Amino acid sequence: MAFRRYIAKKALWYLLALIVALVLNFFLPRLVPGNPVDSIIAQASRSGAEGDQLRGIHDHYIKEFGLNKSMIEQFLTYLNNLIHGNLGLSFANYPGTVSSQIKQALPWTLGLQIPAILIGWLVGNAVGAIAAYKGGWFDRSAFLGSLFLSAMPYYCLAILLVYLLAVQNSILPQPILPASGGYLPGTSPSWSGAFIADVLRHYWMPFLSLVIVFIGGQAVGMRSMAIYELGTDYVTYGRGLGLRDRTLMRYIFRNGMLPQVTGLALSIGTLVGGALITEIVFSYPGVGTLLFNAISQNDYPVLQAITLIITVAVLVANFLVDLAYGIIDPRIRAAQAGER
Amino acid sequence: MKRLARFPGRFYLATFLITLIVLFGFLGPVVFSGHNANDVVGGLYDHPSGKAWLGTDNIGHDVFGELMYGTRASLEIGLLAGLLSTVVGTIIGVVAGYVGGMVDEMLMGLTNVLLTIPPIVILILILVSLNTSGTLVLAIVLASTAWTWTARAVRAQASSIRVREHIDVARLSGANTFGIMSLDVLPYMLSYIFMAFVLQVAGAILAEAGLALLGLRANGVSLGIMLHWSLAFEALRTGAWWAFVPPTVLLTLIAFGLLLLQSSLDEVFNPRLRRSRKVRRLAAATLSAPAVAPDPEEVAVRS
Repeated sequence: MAFRRYIAKKALWYLLALIVALVLNFFLPRLVPGNPVDSIIAQASRSGAEGDQLRGIHDHYIKEFGLNKSMIEQFLTYLNNLIHGNLGLSFANYPGTVSSQIKQALPWTLGLQIPAILIGWLVGNAVGAIAAYKGGWFDRSAFLGSLFLSAMPYYCLAILLVYLLAVQNSILPQPILPASGGYLPGTSPSWSGAFIADVLRHYWMPFLSLVIVFIGGQAVGMRSMAIYELGTDYVTYGRGLGLRDRTLMRYIFRNGMLPQVTGLALSIGTLVGGALITEIVFSYPGVGTLLFNAISQNDYPVLQAITLIITVAVLVANFLVDLAYGIIDPRIRAAQAGER
Repeated sequence: MKRLARFPGRFYLATFLITLIVLFGFLGPVVFSGHNANDVVGGLYDHPSGKAWLGTDNIGHDVFGELMYGTRASLEIGLLAGLLSTVVGTIIGVVAGYVGGMVDEMLMGLTNVLLTIPPIVILILILVSLNTSGTLVLAIVLASTAWTWTARAVRAQASSIRVREHIDVARLSGANTFGIMSLDVLPYMLSYIFMAFVLQVAGAILAEAGLALLGLRANGVSLGIMLHWSLAFEALRTGAWWAFVPPTVLLTLIAFGLLLLQSSLDEVFNPRLRRSRKVRRLAAATLSAPAVAPDPEEVAVRS
């Protein structure tokens, strides 16, 4: 019961955040002076759409946004379109829909980011806890290394990795991994064994560049948590009882994990942003590259759809983390039930 | 000098790194006045030479000159945005934490909502709509998304300071709310706020670079803009390392230096993170809430 109340309260906050995000997504681009459709058309013509196509876009948008109506009505139209899954038409690929472009790009991004987040988080926490417990040179080198890696922007590591492993240079006689793309140019996505093997070959570099940096960040956080835990009474008591190191480690790890779950929630937003830019470095066929193209082609509908999808994804991820937090930390349920 | 001796070795490494980079960005253009960002000194990706020490970029500009001015621009944006977001975050955090009640609920509600929306989304939406991207405008835009976590952290500190005795004394002696907040609450958090500021600067510099890489800042000179053009003109695949390695390394060093400074200061200000045997025993003896480590209960109650 208490757990349900906790979830309801959380869900309410995220709903509020979603509404704010929708309002920002709708109104920010419309703060530009002038008729939004005219400025959109101006941008579309700059990006190479012509004559008939332009008139088509113009009529379509006047109708879709209901521009002769008030802002509030326009906003409601926008919401109504969203509910029906209608994200509009792309300028750059008129009359292709935005949804179809996103549908193509999204699996690549999810396939890249979800494993990177999960594996990076687990490995990073393990490294941090072990470093804190062991101390000595292992701690010093692991800490400094993690700090360096976590300070490194995702795309910086990506750029260096490409140069070191995927480009012909003085260190490597032959590039060992492909430098860009999600699969060999010329092939088209299918479920054949050869294609999957090819995708995996292209997967390594972007995956590694995300996961290594993420491990660094998590390890730094876990190390300070674990050092703090090492100073607590229960550890001293456990030591006095003669508990084995392994047992003590387990307790420390479990207690140190709690704040790390919150940390994960807070870092998902930054991680997603960083990962989008990493995709650009690798020309990976995901949402990041789509976003980059949309920005360079002034493809407003695609751009707005992507910002919306990123927001929704991050909100959902944060909500899931909060759910997990409520399950693993009994104090939260207790606090909700008013036991404290 | 005795107090200084307490700083960990990492502190000196960080200060050294940051000093070098700041000198390079601000004094570099004066010392190496022969190298400018906008001088065309060669063709497409010329190799490093006696004239252009780090070669040329895609339009024949001197990479070394660009690197100096780019470093300066990145530092300026970072400092300005970091300052703005720290000031705004601190004011909101202190007011929410000290005043409490409805004000606290509302300010922190706003903060928490903004905190969950990914900053890159807001930045993209604003920058796409804006036609200018001057240093000040960009700093304000960056700060508009970054102040939130400073506000949340400062609020947690302020609300714990509020219940200390010296605040009661100040209140009884008739000090007004503003006076108490600025003279009795704020000074206790200055070390903490400074650390948050250092992180904000690093965050702003990296955010600027990320936005430039997305192609939202094509004009001007900065480390991110250098990277953007080198990627757009295939420096990576043609092996023109001088076009992308220097800005990559500088960005990494700036971020690393600032993070290292923050973490070593953290250890100075927060003895619980130091791990001599004596301190550990002391910490075990006088156990109380950590000064900086997030408190799970606090987080749970807040959001």
